Amino acid sequence: MSWPSSLRSGIERRALGAGLLAVALLRPARAERSGLHEAILAFTGGAEPAEGQVTLEIPPLVENGNTVPVTIAVESPMTEEAHVRRIALFNERNPQPNVVTARLGPRAGRARLATRMRLATSQRLVAVAEMSDGRFRSASADVIVTLAACVEG
Amino acid sequence: MARTLINLPRTARRGEVIEIRTLIQHVMETGYRPGADGVVVPRDIVTRFTCLYNNEEVFSAELAPAIAANPFLSFSVVAAESGILAFTWSGDNGFEQTETRSLTVT
Amino acid sequence: MRRLLLALLLAGVVAEARESGFVLMSPETQAMQRDDTANPGMLWVEEGRALWDSAGCAGCHGDVAGMRGVAARYPAFDAASGGPIDLAGRIAQCQEARQGRTPFPRESEEALALSALVGLQSRGMPVAPPEDPRLAPALARGDALYRQRRGQLDLSCAQCHDANAGRHLGSSPIPEAHPTGYPLYRLEWQGMGSLQRRLRNCMAGVRSEPYAYGAAEYIEIELFLMRRAAGMPLETPAVRP
Repeated sequence: MSWPSSLRSGIERRALGAGLLAVALLRPARAERSGLHEAILAFTGGAEPAEGQVTLEIPPLVENGNTVPVTIAVESPMTEEAHVRRIALFNERNPQPNVVTARLGPRAGRARLATRMRLATSQRLVAVAEMSDGRFRSASADVIVTLAACVEG
Repeated sequence: MARTLINLPRTARRGEVIEIRTLIQHVMETGYRPGADGVVVPRDIVTRFTCLYNNEEVFSAELAPAIAANPFLSFSVVAAESGILAFTWSGDNGFEQTETRSLTVT
Repeated sequence: MRRLLLALLLAGVVAEARESGFVLMSPETQAMQRDDTANPGMLWVEEGRALWDSAGCAGCHGDVAGMRGVAARYPAFDAASGGPIDLAGRIAQCQEARQGRTPFPRESEEALALSALVGLQSRGMPVAPPEDPRLAPALARGDALYRQRRGQLDLSCAQCHDANAGRHLGSSPIPEAHPTGYPLYRLEWQGMGSLQRRLRNCMAGVRSEPYAYGAAEYIEIELFLMRRAAGMPLETPAVRP
């Protein structure tokens, strides 16, 4: 059984069990959960990041939550004087709010990070970048995870 | 030993920003998933990735269970001088693996 | 008569435009398959390369590049059993009969890795099932199995993959069931799997009891599906959601 499917409700599981009935988790975006906000504040040391300068690229409609490509890019000259120190990605509705925290610097040349993540369900993602001047910038995205019709187990 | 795929150019011009892509074979067991017997399977993930360029860290990442199985990471570095890039994945149950690639800077 | 009907039917299928499940995937998943540096299936290919030497395949077969075109011709007729054998079965048979060793079990990482490596050598080549009359009875059985209603849902493969291909089951598009990319990396599995694993999924999905790994029925279905997919390019190692 896949990891996200273990988090699905019993009703959804029964619907699946009833055959090849796919259940699309078309949940509307809700207010951010506190766990997400707390994780962001733990990363920033209490500062509220300002929106902007960060691009968070993720497909808005995900066909399988097990492996979702995600790219974070930050506008920065990446020089000794002005660069990105850290990039972190947070999620709202997985069991843990953290996804990845990267450390980089002028030797990276470009403030861009791509990976693949798990999404237990439809939710909001927030990317936060720490700049060399100590400021924090962020971007967010809402993702809808549809359930594959033919899950295993 | 886990299989890895590391993609970067063999040569680059000085000052060029090169893209590096890495994949490693790893289950990334979350620690939240019940096994067939109903007992939760203990967490077994890669927790940390580092890229050293001639022994100096140029990129690192802390990974959480939300990273997909067979972790993929793509990032970039400035081709400063010819040398060795060392990629290390470490994690639960003493997992640690290092792979190296050489880069010629012209 | 039955064979003639089958031939006509297959000719009809071949004449129609057929589509790999690849075209139904999101652009992101397509990109993952297209780029060997992003395709997780290539990790198994790498494992296969190591095994090709360490398990002794290279001793007889030399460079694996010599296996070009082989995967496109399976399932093939196996004189030993008098029926069809799939590529994974042939590899296991080679290990057992020629190397005198215990073969890697079906669906083990090693077996998948070797199949992926050999499959990759034929990537882009058209599926070319052998025109062997000795395979005709198994082909007819595969055809019948494909059309046989099964399970509590009382559904056959054909009811989804012929009659409703291209339409949606919930949010997922229904593919035409051309097994051109196996073994493949399925996001749902978070790993590599064979066509038999996929068939087991489908059988469990319609709430029927899947056959055991290696069962003759799977190979007969594969034989039928590969004949139906004749001419389509192989994609191993494919990526699917």
